[in-house]
Formats: sequence, structure tokens, C-alpha cells
Amino acid sequence: MASNPFSAAAVAGAITQPPTGRDYLVDRSFRSLALVGAVLIIALMAYILYEIGGQAWPAISKYHIDFLTTSAWNVQDGVFGILPVIWGTLYSSLLALLIGGFFGLTVAIFLSQDFLPPRLAFVFRTIIEMLAAIPSVVFGLWGIFVVIPAIRPVANWLHESFGWIPFFSTSLSGPGLAPATIVLAIMILPTVAAISQDALNLVPYRTKEAAYGMGATRWEAILKVMVPTAAGGIFSAMVLGFGRALGETMALAMLIGNSNTISLSLFSPAKTLASLLASNFPEAGPIEVEALMYAALVLLLITLIVNIAGIGILQVTQRRISGKS
Amino acid sequence: MTATQTIGSAASPKGAAAPSPAADVAIDCRVEKIFYGNFLAVRDSHVPVQKGKITGFIGPSGCGKSTVLRSLNRMNDMITGFKLEGHVHFMGQDLYASYVDPVVVRRYIGMVFQQPNPFSMSIYDNVAFGLRLNRFKGNLDDKVEHALRRAALWDEVKDKLKASGLSLSGGQQQRLCIARAVATEPTVLLMDEPCSALDPIATRRVEQLMLELKDDYTIALVTHNMQQATRVADITAFFGVDISQGGRTGYLVEMGETKQIFEEPREQLTKQYIRGEFS
Amino acid sequence: MSEARALQSSLLTVGAWVVAILASIPLFSVLYMLVFKGGARLAPALFLELPPAGFETGGGFGNAIVGTLVMLLIAAAVCIPIGVLSAIYLAELNPDGKVAKWSRFLAKVLTGFPSILAGVFIYAALVLAMGTYSAIAGGIALAVGMLATVVLTAEEAMKTVPRKMKDAALGMGCTRTQMIIKVVLPTGLPGILTGVILGIARAAGESAPLLFTALFSNYWLSSLREPTASLSILIFNFSSMPFENQIELAWAASLVLVMMVLVFNLLSRLIGRPKI
Repeated sequence: MASNPFSAAAVAGAITQPPTGRDYLVDRSFRSLALVGAVLIIALMAYILYEIGGQAWPAISKYHIDFLTTSAWNVQDGVFGILPVIWGTLYSSLLALLIGGFFGLTVAIFLSQDFLPPRLAFVFRTIIEMLAAIPSVVFGLWGIFVVIPAIRPVANWLHESFGWIPFFSTSLSGPGLAPATIVLAIMILPTVAAISQDALNLVPYRTKEAAYGMGATRWEAILKVMVPTAAGGIFSAMVLGFGRALGETMALAMLIGNSNTISLSLFSPAKTLASLLASNFPEAGPIEVEALMYAALVLLLITLIVNIAGIGILQVTQRRISGKS
Repeated sequence: MTATQTIGSAASPKGAAAPSPAADVAIDCRVEKIFYGNFLAVRDSHVPVQKGKITGFIGPSGCGKSTVLRSLNRMNDMITGFKLEGHVHFMGQDLYASYVDPVVVRRYIGMVFQQPNPFSMSIYDNVAFGLRLNRFKGNLDDKVEHALRRAALWDEVKDKLKASGLSLSGGQQQRLCIARAVATEPTVLLMDEPCSALDPIATRRVEQLMLELKDDYTIALVTHNMQQATRVADITAFFGVDISQGGRTGYLVEMGETKQIFEEPREQLTKQYIRGEFS
Repeated sequence: MSEARALQSSLLTVGAWVVAILASIPLFSVLYMLVFKGGARLAPALFLELPPAGFETGGGFGNAIVGTLVMLLIAAAVCIPIGVLSAIYLAELNPDGKVAKWSRFLAKVLTGFPSILAGVFIYAALVLAMGTYSAIAGGIALAVGMLATVVLTAEEAMKTVPRKMKDAALGMGCTRTQMIIKVVLPTGLPGILTGVILGIARAAGESAPLLFTALFSNYWLSSLREPTASLSILIFNFSSMPFENQIELAWAASLVLVMMVLVFNLLSRLIGRPKI
């Protein structure tokens, strides 16, 4: 029991008591436990890097940097390269960002700039939130049975009429970049919309008022004042949306066709790092697992860099807008 | 200084004991300097808080009166960079001695804050909070009723003790906070502008309450309202702001019987403040 | 205002409407398919029977529902204590310290972490060590995925507990643990629960982390240390099969899964305030 420096007041019947020894013990252990929790997050991240890096090490020392620049994936000969996979990852994510980013930003403007009566805004907001809640596999299933049949005639018409344009240089036989990209765009739309909306809402009301005061129309105010002011936040929304697209797995594994090709054509099948892992890992032997671990490490590093960039930009711009140095 | 000091072993408290202040002083506060980081917030303030009396702290904003009050139960320890030079003696102990745990200090010296701050729990649980915290073994219901009566709130809430403390009006909430503070029968009650968020009628009720409470408690009261000081304080401490060093440093200008401070202030600054020449 | 500018403004408004409506179409299309394709097969047998093999008719996915729920339970049991404890540290104990800054930052990074990598990580860290795919590995992989959501929302929730309430508790002579347990946690509980349930909702729909941690099983769950079925992996497996029966079951499983996710989402909304 801890000593009470005010024992003079501890007369019989006094209510006030110092904390008991148990109180202090609980206090100290609880706070240490909370510290352990916080440290665990840091340790987890470090452990993930260590574990995936360690598993990838044999492959790294075997294939070196050539792994990133060659195209063969041949388990029998033990030859592995992921150039087409990196291409497929970046190409599909960029295309998805182009579409999802445009839609997401427009929706963010639409929902945050008083276009709608509150009730209708609530309905649209709920729709976007529900979109975010649909599991990736369900989007994949929907892509197989709805998106592919729907775009196939259009895609093949485009190929027949404009086949000389590199983007339409192949026909869509089933799974391929186009359906994968469309579904990917839908999946990153809520992320882009939510973060952009936060950024737009952060712009002080007086800034908007000033624009209207100068006689700007609503859209002039939005495009020339609101969006530029929120540009940092919107940019980070795009970066984080891109990061999400890079790592998206199931829908892509189901829709992209998993083919080791590099093509500009939107209708050609392709492969991404995540879809490679999803489709090859379960049946891989030890040699291939090493190579897949290397691929996982590449995916980990790419997404880490993209996410850290996105979060960094977000923090800097938020600080600038809220006026703190 | 952090608030995480643990209580020391049974190191003899005698060594650091006060140079025995007058017996009628509950808290003998001798602040030499209070810093927030590098900023000197208060200097040279010797404020003995008399037993069984209400001591009012007045002065212009930024004069450090709240800072001094909050250093009496070590609430300032929560602010990073806080440092106190000097001594605060309570029951023969220096509150800032290394073996004193601020948590214990706050159990003996209760506090009522500027904004009414009941917990989001029932009225009953709000009042019983401190009793349970101190592992009170007796009849909880009696003590809760007693404290609510003491805070002149019993008649208004006796039929809805299960209702949330936050459902009460601002004035009732503040009296609930007073009930919560007195329930554990602390020795001293610190009140930091307790009426600043209340309307005039609620203010009068709380002032009335303070006068009733001073029979059992020593009260230190910070107020921005000079009329309030004249109405309730027995003794008044007037703090001023010194801007000569570039910063805004508070210090004790003079202290005495409330009547003397308001009718025959010794210092020119006090006179000007009371006349309303600055605030 | 010139007429051209007014015209431009209204055209853009029309454009925004078109975009917003286009953006809503996928959701309605998905829901339509779920209700009509999945709803057509909805029957008690789905919940009671095992997945059919190749040419078999009938069957269900009772084991997958059990597997998903069990793994969610494991994920919650692992994630909630760690998540809430670290949120307490971040929000209350030392919010500006080095540890807090790093773990807050890494938690944010972790929100954008591809869930398949959680699977790869647990495969390397746990499946190889245990020598088997298991519900435990699957549950922990899901926990890695939901940890960041829980930490960050719980931290926000605790930060919304007013400073003055925390001061009141300290002023009464609470230790900081007593302040947190008696005041901060009960007051911030709705927000914390929102985060936890949102995390569970997200984990419920996840499949990538389960692919090579829990794998799949055609049988009822009999041990936590063996391959375990889940709704999402069932959908993935069946979607690529050439049999009408399996495709129908995939749709029905999707309907059940989406209902589960939406119920969790609704719950989190009812408990806390809506976000976005």
C-alpha cells in the first residue's frame, strides 16, 4: 500500500482515500499494455516487411533485378519475370484511376456543393457508401455475368471498325482489361469521392463567398476557386485511390484473364501482381512460391510508396488549409 | 513535470515540511514562477488560502488567476511544459514534493470547473462517482442524497436520479458538479469561474450555495466578475499583468479582506481595475 | 451575367447529374442481380447443406457461413483488444509522442494495404509454421486487415469525448486508467463500436486474405486447425465453374454475404453517427 502524505486527514469516517496499491498497479499495467498495443502496430508493419522480404530473399538472390525486367513465367524451367505483370498492374490501375477519379471527383462536387436538397444528398451518399461495402468477389461475379456480356458487342465493334488504333487492336473474347478496369473504377470511386469531399468541405466558406461576391457563376466558383483550393486533398484522394487499385485482388483475378502479355489493347487479357498471387499461390510448389514472394514484395513496396505519398500530401495540405504552419 | 509521478515509498515527509504557516491557512501557496515551456506565466504570488473562508481571485484576463488556482490541485500537470518554482503547502506537505502523487492531491482538493462538466451518466452515478472511486463502504444512497441536498439540487432531481446528468439545465449541471465534488467531503474546494457559463438567476443560486458551503469547506474562487467577489469572497487576491518583459506575466498585486481591497486598495493598479479603467 | 456563361453553368450541372446517376447504376445492377439470381435459389437447404461437387445438383453452403462467422469471431477477438488499447494510447496517454506518431502514421498506411498481402504475410508467418491452412490463420489474416480501421476510428471516438469531462475525472482524483475506464470508454463507446463493426463488415466481405490462409473445405468445420470454408472463397471458386448449379449457388452466397455486410454496416450506423 502506498503511503498517504495527507494521513493527517485520514481520520475515522473520512471518505477521501488515496488510491489503493491495487489502483496503482492496475494503472501502471494498463498504461504499459496500451503502449504495447501502440508498439504492436509498428512491430506488425516491420514484421510484415521482414517476413515477406525474408521469404522473397532466395528468389531475389537468384533472379536479381532481372525479375522485374523479363517476361517469362515458366515453373518447369524455373524462369520467372514479372515485367508483363507490373505493366498490367500499372496500366489497369491508371485506366481505373482515369475513370474512377473523374467520376469520384464529380460525385464529390455534386454532393458537397449544394446541388441537392439534403434528403436527396443523403440518398446519393448512401448509394456511394453501399458501393464501398460490396465485397470484391461479388463485384467479380457481377463483372463476369453482367459487365463482360454487356461490353462485348461494343468492344468487338470498336475492334472491327477502329482496330488500327492500338487501344482496340484485339477483340474481347471474355475476361480482359476493359471489364477489369470498369469494375476497378467502380471500386475506387467511393474512396476518391469520400476523400475529395472531405477536402472540398475543408475549404472555408468565406473563400466560396468571395468567389460569388466577384460575380462568379456556381461552376466558375467550383472550378476556379473550390477545386484549386482543395487541389492537394483531391490529389491525395487520387493517389490513395490509385493505391487501392494497385492492391485490389479478387475482382481482378476473376476478370482480367490472367495472361502474361503486354499490350496497349483494352480488350486484351492481362495480369496484375495481386491477381498473379491470387491465382498461382494456392497451387504453387516451393520454387514458384519463392518467386511469388518476390512479386509480393514488389507489390508491398509499390503500394507502400504510393500510400505514404498520398497520406503525406494529405497531411501537408490539411495543415496548410487549416492555417497551422 | 509530468502527471505520471508515482507515489514514493514512505520517505519521511517531515524533511520537506512547511515552515509551519499560520494554523488558519488551509493552502499556503508560494509561487515564485510558473512556466509553460519557456513562457513565464506567473511570478511572485504568495497566496495563503484561509481555512473556512472564501478566497476570491480577481484580475484582468491573462493575469494568471486560473493558472494559480489550478496549480493548487496540480491540474496544470496535464499541460505539457508546465513547471512550477516555489511551494504549495497543504496539511504540512509540499504538494510539489517529488513523493507526492497529483492523483492523491486531487482527491483531497476538489474542483469545480468553468464549464459545467457532468459525466454522461445518470445524476445518481455522477454524484456517486467519487464515492465509488474512493471505495466508500457505507450507504451510497444516503451520501448521494446528502450531497445533492448540500448542492441545493435534491428537490429538483429526487424523482429522476436515473436521468442523464447531461439532461439538466446549465445551472443544474453546475450544481450537480458541486454535489459531485462535495460528495467525497474534500478539504478544499477550488472553483474556476463556476458561474461564467450561467445565467444571472443560476449564478445567484450558486453564489448562495458557496456561502452555505463555507461552513464546512475552504473555498478558493476565481471570478471575472467583481460584483461576485464582493458578494461572496471574504478575502480577495488581485492579480495584475506585467508586460514589461515583453510577455504577459501575471503576478499578485495585493491581497486582503474583500472590504479593504474594494474600498481602500493600497495599490494604484487595484484602484484603477476596480474603477473599471481596464479589464 | 452573359448568356453563354449561364448556359455553360447549366450544362455542367446537367453533366454532374448524369455522372452521379451513372455512378449509381452499378449498385442497382449488382443489387438487381443479387435479388433475382441469388434470391431465386434462396431456401433453408442453402444454410443446412454442404457445397455440391461437380455434376451434383442441389447443395448449399452451410459450412461456408459457419466458417466465415468463426473466422470473423477470431479476427474480432484478436483485433479488438489490440486495436482499442493502441487507440487509447494514441488518443489519451501520449498522443504527441514518437510512438504515437509512428503507429498512427503506420495505421493510416495499413488502411491502404492490399489485403492479399495480409494473406501472404500470414501464410509466411503462420501457415508455414503450423504446417496447415486453418481457421486460426484465416481469422488472424482478417484481423491484420481490419486493425487499422478499428484503431483509427476508436482514436477519433475517444478524441470526441470532451476535454472538460476528462478534466472532471482527473479533478476527482482518478488515475489516468480510472479516467479512461470510467469516463472515456463509456462515453466514447458508440464511436468505438462503430469502428469495430465497420471493421468486421469489411472483413466479412474479404476473400484475398483467406485464399491461402484458410483455403477452403467442402466439409463442416470440426477444428480450428484445419482448412476452413468461407462464403467469399466459395463465390470465387464457384464463379469459374462451368456448371449452372454452382453459378446459382455463387449468386445465392453473394446475396447472403452482401446481406451480412449490409447488416453490419447498418448496425454501425445505428450505433454511431454516419460518416463520409
